[in-house]
Amino acid sequence: MTTTHPPDPDGTGLDLAVPWPDEALMGRLYARLGREAEATGVLDIAYGTLDTPVGSLLLAATERGVIRVAFAAQDHEAALQQLSDKVSPRILQAPARLDVVSRQLDEYFDGRRHTFDVPLDWTLASGFRRTALDRLYDIGYGHTATYAELAAAAGSPRAVRAAGTACATNPLPLVVPCHRVVRADGSIGRYAGGVDAKRYLLGMESST
Amino acid sequence: MSKPPFERVVAEHGPTVYRVVRAVTHAHDAEDAWSETFLAAVRAYPDLPADANVEAWLVTIAHRKAIDVARGNARRPAPVAALPDAPTGTGRPEDADPDLWRALKALPEKQRHAVAYHYLGGLPYKDIAQITGVTAAAARRAAADGIRNLRRSYAEEMGK
Repeated sequence: MTTTHPPDPDGTGLDLAVPWPDEALMGRLYARLGREAEATGVLDIAYGTLDTPVGSLLLAATERGVIRVAFAAQDHEAALQQLSDKVSPRILQAPARLDVVSRQLDEYFDGRRHTFDVPLDWTLASGFRRTALDRLYDIGYGHTATYAELAAAAGSPRAVRAAGTACATNPLPLVVPCHRVVRADGSIGRYAGGVDAKRYLLGMESST
Repeated sequence: MSKPPFERVVAEHGPTVYRVVRAVTHAHDAEDAWSETFLAAVRAYPDLPADANVEAWLVTIAHRKAIDVARGNARRPAPVAALPDAPTGTGRPEDADPDLWRALKALPEKQRHAVAYHYLGGLPYKDIAQITGVTAAAARRAAADGIRNLRRSYAEEMGK
């Protein structure tokens, strides 16, 4: 007589008696946890991901609003760790809170949306950086400005380097359009999502 | 010391905690117990010391929640409660190996708890002693007896 038991490492049958749950079950449990954590008010940060022409985006939101948009090039795990350290470790994947911003980003990449209309949580930007990022809204869809112009608009004409840093550390790229800031010599300048992504965005905006 | 986002905790320990609650509850209670465990855990997570043994902490919560859920569900008039270990769709141990599953379920509760918390959940005996209200030596003995009983069933299974 033969039996069909797979090998059992400790010979107790325990691994066979209580098998590991499959991915479908864990996915279902995880989704339920996200919903219940949201409903009971203990989900400080909900996150989801969105596939776009410039790669996978991490989207994270507190109850106040969208707090973080991160490109794959910025490492999603690192972005979540930063949120855990600086805001709260109560972080779960719970895409419902990101529905509105996800839909608006889809529309943006389809060329059907020129401005974003979602509540933002500015916890990750303060001081001059925050002031400079606020001025980015003045640069309309399809237009660009230089780092010097941004510094001047933020009230510190000589803080060109700081304006560059504000863009480089923008916690909310795309929604807050730092990709529209370029170098004075006309070259494209750096971008958190990579130069190719910046070129794609500027090309897309100038053609629609 | 930096603490990982809670989503990492779920990804790393979620499957282990499921096996633990599955071993000590009925099928229809296991998912509720798992959810209640992680809901309580995400609430308390900011206050957990960064160097704490996260898995032991979760298994301790799971023990409490498994008892709460079993009591709560038993009070509700659920027809499914009449069927021991009614299938829930996926992750059904009774399908994987019905005989061994029955052997585990047939263990006296003290042994089953000790086996689940120590061998599935990795909880040290002194912690098991604390949550089950026995001495560490008794917890160790219960786990050893439980494993011996399981091993016997397993050997019988293999010999068939």
